[in-house]
Amino acid sequence: MRAVATLAALSSALLLATGCGVTRGAQSNDMTMLIPNSPGGGYDQTGRAAIAVMENDDITGGSFEVTNVIGAGGSVAMTRLMNAEGDERTMMTAGLGVVGSLYSFGAPYKLDDATPLAQLIEDQEGVLVPADSPYQSIEDLVTAWQDDPSSIVVGGGSSPGGPDHLFPMQLATAVGIDARDVRYVVYDGGGPLTSALLGSKIDVGFSGVGEFTGQLESGELRLLAVSGEERLKGEGISDAPTLTESGIDLVFTNWRGVFAPPGISDERRDELIAMLEEMHETPEWQQALEDNGWIDEFKTGDDFTTFLQEQDERVATTLEELDLL
Amino acid sequence: MDSLNLLMDGFGSILTPQNLLFAAIGVLLGTFVGVLPGIGPAMAVALLLPVTYGLDPIPAFIMFAGIYYGGMYGGSTTAILLNTPGESASVMTALEGNLMAKVGRASQALATAAIGSFIAGTIGTMLVVFFAPALASVAVELGAPSYFALMVLAMVSVTSVLGGSPLRGFIALFLGLTIGLVGLDLNTGQTRLSFDQPLLAGRIDIVVVAVAIFALGEAFWVAAHLRRSPVRVIPVGQPWLSGTDLKRSWGPWLRGTAFGFPFGALPAGGAEIPTFLSYVTEKKLAVRRGNDEFGRGAIEGVAGPEAANNASAAGTFVPLLALGLPVTATSAVMLAALQGYGIEPGPSLMTDQPDLVWALLASLLLGNLLLLVLNLPLAPVWAKLLRIPRPQLYAGILFFATLGAYATNLQAFDLFLLLVLGLLGLMMRRFAIPVLPLILGVILGPLMELKLREAMAISGGEVSALWSEPLAVVIYVIVALAIIAPLVLRTVRPAPAAVAVDEGIAVDRSDEEEKVR
Repeated sequence: MRAVATLAALSSALLLATGCGVTRGAQSNDMTMLIPNSPGGGYDQTGRAAIAVMENDDITGGSFEVTNVIGAGGSVAMTRLMNAEGDERTMMTAGLGVVGSLYSFGAPYKLDDATPLAQLIEDQEGVLVPADSPYQSIEDLVTAWQDDPSSIVVGGGSSPGGPDHLFPMQLATAVGIDARDVRYVVYDGGGPLTSALLGSKIDVGFSGVGEFTGQLESGELRLLAVSGEERLKGEGISDAPTLTESGIDLVFTNWRGVFAPPGISDERRDELIAMLEEMHETPEWQQALEDNGWIDEFKTGDDFTTFLQEQDERVATTLEELDLL
Repeated sequence: MDSLNLLMDGFGSILTPQNLLFAAIGVLLGTFVGVLPGIGPAMAVALLLPVTYGLDPIPAFIMFAGIYYGGMYGGSTTAILLNTPGESASVMTALEGNLMAKVGRASQALATAAIGSFIAGTIGTMLVVFFAPALASVAVELGAPSYFALMVLAMVSVTSVLGGSPLRGFIALFLGLTIGLVGLDLNTGQTRLSFDQPLLAGRIDIVVVAVAIFALGEAFWVAAHLRRSPVRVIPVGQPWLSGTDLKRSWGPWLRGTAFGFPFGALPAGGAEIPTFLSYVTEKKLAVRRGNDEFGRGAIEGVAGPEAANNASAAGTFVPLLALGLPVTATSAVMLAALQGYGIEPGPSLMTDQPDLVWALLASLLLGNLLLLVLNLPLAPVWAKLLRIPRPQLYAGILFFATLGAYATNLQAFDLFLLLVLGLLGLMMRRFAIPVLPLILGVILGPLMELKLREAMAISGGEVSALWSEPLAVVIYVIVALAIIAPLVLRTVRPAPAAVAVDEGIAVDRSDEEEKVR
């Protein structure tokens, strides 16, 4: 991924260079979008999709410059956003992974210390097993797991505090297993996790469903359950029940949204929210949701802030249960 | 020979004058972008990919293959000429390659790199053609224990590059291992040695370390001695490979290919370990033959690692095409490219879209051939770059090294790191501490830790898991033999007179040469 990051860095440098040739008046509506991970990653895809729609329909009346600020699971980008206090021309894409990273890296602020604007999307996590796994259903897996938590080796593509780590921990708690007994193996993203699953090195994988569509279609991996409120579409995917359907009281979703720096005026905040609302209504955005398999879960203002506080608390509780805080 | 016929069909569909032109453009573009310091093949491909999007699938493949090979070769060019490797896989090439360049053998280094790339790439691609599906299913069976065993093998062979003074060698190795520890621990989410700096919490980029230690350290060293030494003109030398060079390169090319391809085909293999193993092997073989040129620019030290690098790159097509698994940065970019052309890599690819796959493989072979045809004559031209007077040359190297380090993350902090590590490089040269063990520590340390902890996490701390896979056992036996055999031999017959030439002594020597001048 670094290569792609570098590419984006270079191309944004190029864009910057060309941008300098344009005279920028005081009334320029051009904005900056900070992305807390490398190009091609989840935040990048969501942030860039939103920008593409806003630029196409000329919603902000200007163009966007995208800056990928890589490091410390988003904490570096968050620091930059917090330092841009009062800057009305900057936004950042962030989500659940950043919430966890801010804890892991001991950052002195939370996401809702910035100015939350809108949640854009939701992404479901899946419970995946290799084709030759003895577990045919989520019930099989949970029963075996409850019998002997240490007999099941769990893998995920994110480090502690990230979505792929929080999901199995919360699932364990929901079915009465002490999260500290979960044997979680960290993989560096979806690729290594896939090869561990294909080689049956681990018993079960927890990760975003989108990265495994190929293997699910060909039947090399089996999806036991999805984490959201509704089933997903697709070959090898639509058969998988939600956790609640299977009698497990847990809805877990990865989500992403847009934030502004702290200390901007209320008028500007409302203006930015209105722009995002306009973006959300366009057919192009609906198309982007469909193309990427994202769930349309849009909330703004106080709803979003309340949601953030809940999320923050849940992450903190899970990490505390694991003695990671 | 079904595969062969299908491959011929593939060639049939791509060989038109127009396509050859696209391939040539791709190779040139790829070389020119790849040659910029700090830009490795992954980035060169990523940067130039959009150029191919307007084309039909077949011309797009061909141009893409050209860009890919051009980018790889361009990266080696800067490693050899300017000592600034663009990615960890060309670190080994920089080592002897740059030394060759300094004694006026840059053309030979570039030529052996080009031919080695061609041979390794061709053999590698042919192996993909015939064995991809079979290899892929074997490769996923190998888990963390086998990878860890491979790392142990690599670590044990590090001792052979520690140099004449083991103390200095180990200082360098442990410095490298320490640098490799900096940053986030993936398993616990805790940061190590980051001093509460969020910018240190991510790992330190190996490219920044290599460029700082190699290029900056060297430039500082030269600058520190510039006034005292008269301008040294790098001898021009002859532009072509001599018969002797060719004879010396054959073995390394083939051995490098044999090291590189299997590692590339493994889902967690990469090019670092095989290039390193190839270097160490060539060095040992050279010593055994009584050739003490290693450390002063031995052609084997370029031919072997360069072939290993390219064979490994070809090998990455095995998991990529057969499983849809990108295993290196370059193959992640490639996966995006293939999806852009409407190819969905994965287990059903070979049966669903055979025409496209065979056309792609044929394109890769063609791109590889054109690289050789276009770049071999260019080698002497590139080599002339080194005739720039030293102050200007090193100023240029400093400029490009800085640009390269900055371009990696667009982080001003990386420039600070570059400077600090560059000063470390200068100090290491001052105190004759070899730089190679440091670089290897930075590369191998984190890989080894990752695999050990993965194996331990899966087994629940059961140490016996480390030899639970057959390949792991075989490797440990090899390691044991490699350690015991010399001891046994030493008791059986007296040790031969010291022949080892090492980096430490080499640095000393060039040092003295400078003083003499």
